[in-house]
Amino acid sequence: MDWVLKDLAKWNDKIEEIAQECGLDYYPQEFEVCDYHDMLGYQSYVGMPSRYPHWSFGKSFEKQNTMYKLGMSGLAYEMVINSNPCLAYLMIDNPLSMQILVMAHVYGHNDFFKNNINFSKTRAEYALEMFKLNADRIRSFHETPSIGYEGVERILDAAHAISFHVDRNQRIVRLSEEEQRIQHFQHVNREKDNWDELKKPEKDEDFIPALSEDLMLFLIENSRFLQSWEKEILRIVREETLYFLPQMETKIMNEGWASFWHYTILHKLNLPPAMHVDFIRSHNQVIRPHVGGLNPYHIGFTLMAHLAGKKDAFEYEINPKIFDVRTVDRDASFLRRFLTKELMEELGLFEYEKNQGRITVSNTSDDFKGWKDVRDTLIAQTGTGSIPVIKVKGIAPISNSLMLVHEFDGRELELGYVSKTMEHIATLWSDFPVKLETTVDGHEVTCIYANKEFRVEGIDRDETETEYTHI
Amino acid sequence: MAIFKEFSKQKRDRSAADRQRHKELVKEKIKKGIADVIAEESIIGQDKDKKIKVPIKGIKEYRFVFGSNKGKGAAQGTGKEQKGQVIQDQNAQQQKGKGKGEAGSDPGEDIYETEITLEEAIQFMFEDLELPDMDQKKYFQTDTEVMRKLLGYQKKGIRARLSKRKTMMNRIKRMKAKGIDSKALYESKDSSFPFHNDDLVYRRLQVDTEEHSNAVVLCLMDTSGSMDQAKKYLARSFYFMLYTFLQTRYENTEIIFIAHHTEAKEVTEDEFFHKGESGGTIISSAYNKALEIIEERYNPLLWNIYAFHCSDGDNFSSDNKKAIESAVKLSNVCNLFGYGEIKPDVGYSWSSMIDEYKKIEEDNFICLRMRTKEAVWPALQKFLRKDKSNTLMD
Repeated sequence: MDWVLKDLAKWNDKIEEIAQECGLDYYPQEFEVCDYHDMLGYQSYVGMPSRYPHWSFGKSFEKQNTMYKLGMSGLAYEMVINSNPCLAYLMIDNPLSMQILVMAHVYGHNDFFKNNINFSKTRAEYALEMFKLNADRIRSFHETPSIGYEGVERILDAAHAISFHVDRNQRIVRLSEEEQRIQHFQHVNREKDNWDELKKPEKDEDFIPALSEDLMLFLIENSRFLQSWEKEILRIVREETLYFLPQMETKIMNEGWASFWHYTILHKLNLPPAMHVDFIRSHNQVIRPHVGGLNPYHIGFTLMAHLAGKKDAFEYEINPKIFDVRTVDRDASFLRRFLTKELMEELGLFEYEKNQGRITVSNTSDDFKGWKDVRDTLIAQTGTGSIPVIKVKGIAPISNSLMLVHEFDGRELELGYVSKTMEHIATLWSDFPVKLETTVDGHEVTCIYANKEFRVEGIDRDETETEYTHI
Repeated sequence: MAIFKEFSKQKRDRSAADRQRHKELVKEKIKKGIADVIAEESIIGQDKDKKIKVPIKGIKEYRFVFGSNKGKGAAQGTGKEQKGQVIQDQNAQQQKGKGKGEAGSDPGEDIYETEITLEEAIQFMFEDLELPDMDQKKYFQTDTEVMRKLLGYQKKGIRARLSKRKTMMNRIKRMKAKGIDSKALYESKDSSFPFHNDDLVYRRLQVDTEEHSNAVVLCLMDTSGSMDQAKKYLARSFYFMLYTFLQTRYENTEIIFIAHHTEAKEVTEDEFFHKGESGGTIISSAYNKALEIIEERYNPLLWNIYAFHCSDGDNFSSDNKKAIESAVKLSNVCNLFGYGEIKPDVGYSWSSMIDEYKKIEEDNFICLRMRTKEAVWPALQKFLRKDKSNTLMD
């Protein structure tokens, strides 16, 4: 260790001075020094000092620990929490040059959390407290004799399976269920002038209109036989997902922003030459492209640096427009607005198609027309784009079936996973049937989970069987 | 002005409990999955060190995900990719392409999907099983090296035998000798008084022998003509599992193999598992052979005796009465006598010993039916389950 806490404080003051000069506007910052084991621990609980117990966090720890030991992946070199005051961890084994880089990087994230509009509903002041309260609540269920550890686990397992199926964009104002109902009623009866013909739900095909993206909320509000503690667990999982969702939606921007600022700040710090070399090396390590994958740091940094002005000279004025971008955009809009053909070529982006185990390049960035397809595909898979959109169609009033629709965008669902996920949903739907409409091989099909069995209707059964029985 | 929190040496292993739970679940999963392996693969006579692929995929966290088979994705490349270029082709001899071309959304395999050896798999399978009603009073002296007796202490040893108490005391002695007040030491945070190599003390143990009750297991198999390939396969699978179970769990168990058609003879392990026979079936011959062997070599007063018989139940009807008599006799000298009837053909079968055996009222006689290879493992479990409260006949 080539530093003591005082050194960190000293460098931090210099970093803050520059950060403020540059116009960064951040929450008060707290750094906690931790070791490798702590870091793995924080990583497996997504950074939270306090989180409810669940085996998946243990699994995550084991997995990361194994991967780290096998050299398959490095440890996160920084971890910052969207909280006020903002909490970040510094690993004790890192040399001073690395700590300086991480601290500068952290101020970028901190500023982003405070200012980006997608985070406006995450209530950073209460974040740590919220996670702690939720953890206490779950533990209290463990200790309730009628519930117990396994009772909680059963619901948590199911809740985790659908945790991302919440309202993805909290900033869009949605119609309330009642308003939707009225609208649906009007829609159904628009062309009728005879009172007697006005429809009432009496057949299975008549749905209570909901078409909500928030499956979690729908279950909390409509699952009739779910007990209050079970709903409470759903509420907790939903609340925590909503807290993390903006981070998923702004991964590229956020990392790009933080990387841009550590790079800018460190250039202004007048580091001793040896340290400067270390820093450049670390920076390049982080920013390098991942061939065959996507490095959000690389993509984000390239775009941010481009928007800020010329790339490698930091004496010039930074274009103030980037502060507006960091405030109003999310990855999808950010990439759509600023990812140009030239930048894509620089990033070496291409599009591929998978078909029966064969992966083929389908479009490249230097292609006259194809580059837009590459961009759109990239946008479709960033953040929550990698999670299928499942909407609630409603409840069939007689069978009490839960009707879901997969919003098909060309990407098929993995049927083995559908089967197991629907099993979890059935747990939360008190074992009434659950139905999901989706598309397989160009055919519209309905996946049905009823009476503890999964089946697919509407396509040749043999064909699908091979696809989902391998799990 | 940022706040810096110093590194705290006080360790709390926060994920310990969740890791523990995860391990439990993995173990359960392997145990459940293992029966499928046994059913799927022919494991008879295979090398125990053989790695088998356990068809459990770790503990997956299921969600709605996009399939890996079809779809589009974007990735970063070298900039030299050409439209139409094939980056990866899994169909072509499992070639590992350079660019993975995989990004993000694929379900992916978890780290726990790993191969385990047959031996380990069997350990998992047999964890909850034991030879039922093993009678501890039936003693027989054997040289089982199980108990380790504490003989004193020594300076060198393996970590597991470190005596923490003695070691601690040595450290305190050394501290006193140096005139350090332990209280003052703990109050001043900076200094410490580490253990020295000389402090370490290990327990000295001696391997001891123990009196152990003995057991013999008689494996009786029908090798008559009506036992076709499929039936023999089931019977052998059953015995293979039983045999492996006995070998892994009991050090002092003798195993006797008896093959029978119209007459019975004692055979070697190899013959039992690999040789085919033909002819009619007289079940009582096997039971009598077993009784004979018991009388000659295994006094029920000294031995725990277990007998298992696998047959398709296709007996000469003239022998049925004798078979039942002998079965009762055998039950009387055995701790447990299990009869497994192999009936792969679904539907009505005109001859079944199980119907005859239902007349037997001995408590330690269990009979059940195995139709498919999937039923072999549950059958063995039923025979050997610790908790026998709900043993049902098929």
